[in-house]
Amino acid sequence: MEKDIREDIAWAKINGDVLKSLENPRRLYWVIVFVALAAFGVGVGCEIYQYNVGMGVANLNNPQVWGLYIATFIFWIGMSHSGTLLSAILHLMHADWRKPIYRFAEAMTTFSLMTAGLFVMVHIGRLWQVYYSLPYPNERGIWPNFQSPLLWDAMAIFTYLSSSIIFLYVGMIPDLAICRDNMHEGWRKKLYTLLSLGWEGTDRQWRNFRVTYLTVACFLIPLAVSVHSIVASDFAMSQQPGWHVTSFPPYFVAGALYSGCAAIITLFIILRYVFKFEEYMTLPILKKTVRLTFAIAMVWTYLNAVEFASVWYSHDSASKDVLIQKMTGAYAFAWWGMIFCGSIVPLVLAFKRFQTNIPVLLVVSLLLNLGMWLERWMIVSPTFSHGYYPWTWDHDQWPSLVQWGMVFGSFGWFTLLFMVFCKVFPSVSMYEVKEMVYHRSLHLKKGHKTAEQGAH
Amino acid sequence: MSQRHLLALFSNFDEAEAVVRELRSASIKGFNVNDDLTVKSPIEHPEVEEFLGNKPVYVQWFTLGGALMGGLLGFFLISGAQANFYAQLKGGKPIVPFPPNFVLTYEMFILGGVFISILGFLICAGLPARRSPLYSAKVSEDQIGILVKSDEGAAGTLKAIFSKHNALEIQEEAGK
Repeated sequence: MEKDIREDIAWAKINGDVLKSLENPRRLYWVIVFVALAAFGVGVGCEIYQYNVGMGVANLNNPQVWGLYIATFIFWIGMSHSGTLLSAILHLMHADWRKPIYRFAEAMTTFSLMTAGLFVMVHIGRLWQVYYSLPYPNERGIWPNFQSPLLWDAMAIFTYLSSSIIFLYVGMIPDLAICRDNMHEGWRKKLYTLLSLGWEGTDRQWRNFRVTYLTVACFLIPLAVSVHSIVASDFAMSQQPGWHVTSFPPYFVAGALYSGCAAIITLFIILRYVFKFEEYMTLPILKKTVRLTFAIAMVWTYLNAVEFASVWYSHDSASKDVLIQKMTGAYAFAWWGMIFCGSIVPLVLAFKRFQTNIPVLLVVSLLLNLGMWLERWMIVSPTFSHGYYPWTWDHDQWPSLVQWGMVFGSFGWFTLLFMVFCKVFPSVSMYEVKEMVYHRSLHLKKGHKTAEQGAH
Repeated sequence: MSQRHLLALFSNFDEAEAVVRELRSASIKGFNVNDDLTVKSPIEHPEVEEFLGNKPVYVQWFTLGGALMGGLLGFFLISGAQANFYAQLKGGKPIVPFPPNFVLTYEMFILGGVFISILGFLICAGLPARRSPLYSAKVSEDQIGILVKSDEGAAGTLKAIFSKHNALEIQEEAGK
C-alpha cells in the first residue's frame, strides 16, 4: 500500500522544511503574486469606474439586477466549504491524511469568504451605504425584516467568517510558537511572539487545545451547511420560476463542497511545487482528495438531475420555460458548459492513471471550477431574463466588461491574500504532520513486534 | 525554604513517561507530583494524559454556556425588535414568528458557542502567558520537556532521576 507520508521523517526536518517555505519559495511564487496583483488592479479599476459613473456601466438594469456579482458571490461562498470539509469533517472522522493539507484549505475558506463579502458591497453600487445590510433600526425605530433570507445571509456569513478565522488561528497557535522559536530578530519574530500567546506546549495547554479544536470543529460543520442552505434560501424562498425548488439547499451544499474540493486540488498542486512540499503533499494524499472530489461530483450530478426532473414533471410551465431557455436560449453555451465541466469532465477522475497525473489534474480541477462558476451564473441570470411576465423578458442584456473585470479582479484578490498568507504563516501544519509521522512509526513498530512474536 | 525549578529534556515519550512514573512512585519530600510537574511536548500526545492521570477540562462548559447565551440573546433581540410592531398593524400575521426566527437564533447559538469556547480555552489553558524562564526551543522541535518545581533539598534527587532516564539536558533556575 502506498504511504501517505514517510514515517521516518525527522521532526526537526519537518520544522526546517516548512519554515524554509516562509522565506524561500520557487520563482513561480512571485510570478503568481504579480499576476494576482495585476488582476486585482483590473478589479479595483472597474470598481472606481463604477463608483464614479454609476451602476449603468455594469449593465445591471431591470430585469437583470444581480448579474455576475451575485453569481460570483455564491461561487466564493461555495469555495469556502472545502476548508470545513477537510479540517472539521475529516478531523472528526480521524482521517489523518488531511493533516498536511488542511491548513491551506482553512485559509482558503477564510479568504473565499472575504472575497464573497466584497461582492455584496460591489453589487449595491453605493458602497458608503453598505451598513444598510446590518440589522439595526432606522430613525423611525423600524427594524429590518427578520424574515428575509438576505438578512439571514448577512448574519450567517458574519458567523461563518468570524468562526473560520478563529478556527484557523487557534489551530495555528502551536505552529506560531515553532516559528517564534526559530526566527531571527525582526518583524516576523515580533509577529509570531505576539500571535503565539506564549504557547509552550504544556500538558495543560494541549489538553484544553484538543477539546477546543474538537468543539469548534463540531460547530463549524452545521454552520457550513446552514450558510449555504441560507444562500440557497435567497433563491428558493422566492416564488421565481427556476428558483422555487425544494432541493436547492442540499444542491447548493453539494456544489459548494464540489468547487471547494476542486480548488483544493488546484492549490495543492501549486503549493506543492512553489514551496517544495513534495514530501508532505504526497501523491497518495492527492489521490484521496481526487477520489473525494469524484464522489462529490457524482452527488452534485445526481442533485442536478433531481432538480431538472422535479421542474420537468412539476407541470409548472413557467419553471419549465426557464429550463428550456437555459438549454436552448442565449445562455445555452454556458448551461451546456456547466454540464460538460461539472458532470462529464470529472469522469476523468475515475481513472486510476489520472488520479496522480499532475498536469491532467491541474487542468481538470480548473475546468471543474469553471463549471461550478457557470452553475452559479446559470442559477442567477436565466430566471431574471425569463420571469413570470413576458413584458419583463430580456434575453439580450449581457454583463458589461466592468462586471467581467470585477469577477477577474476577485480571483486576483483571493490569490493575492492566499499567497501572502502562505508566505507569512506556515501553510503545512508542522505539529500535526509530526503527529502523523509519530503515529505511523508507532504503528509500524507494533507491526514489527507482532511479526517477531509470530516468528518465535 | 527556597524553591528551585528544573527542566529536563528527553528525546522520546518513553523516557519521559518512565520519569513521571518513577516520580509518582517515589515520595520525595518537598515535591508534589500532582502540582509541581508539567510535561511540555511538541505534539499532542494522548499517552501524556494517561501517565499524568486524569485532569479535568472545563472548556465544554464554556461552550454550553456560550451557545445557550448566544441563542437566547439572538432570539430575544429579534423578538424584541419585532415586538416593536405591536404598535403597528401586522394584518393578522404573528408578531413574533417562530420558524423564521429560528434561523437567526441558530446562527447566534453557534456564534456564542464558538466565541465563548475560545474565551474558555484561553482561560483554561492560561493564555496569553509570559514565557517561563525555563524554556527550550527544542520542545517545539523534537524533544519532550519535564518541568518540575521543588524545594531546594529535593532538587538533587530529582536530577538523579532525570539523569537515570537519559535526560539530554537539565536546566536549572532558582525560584522564590
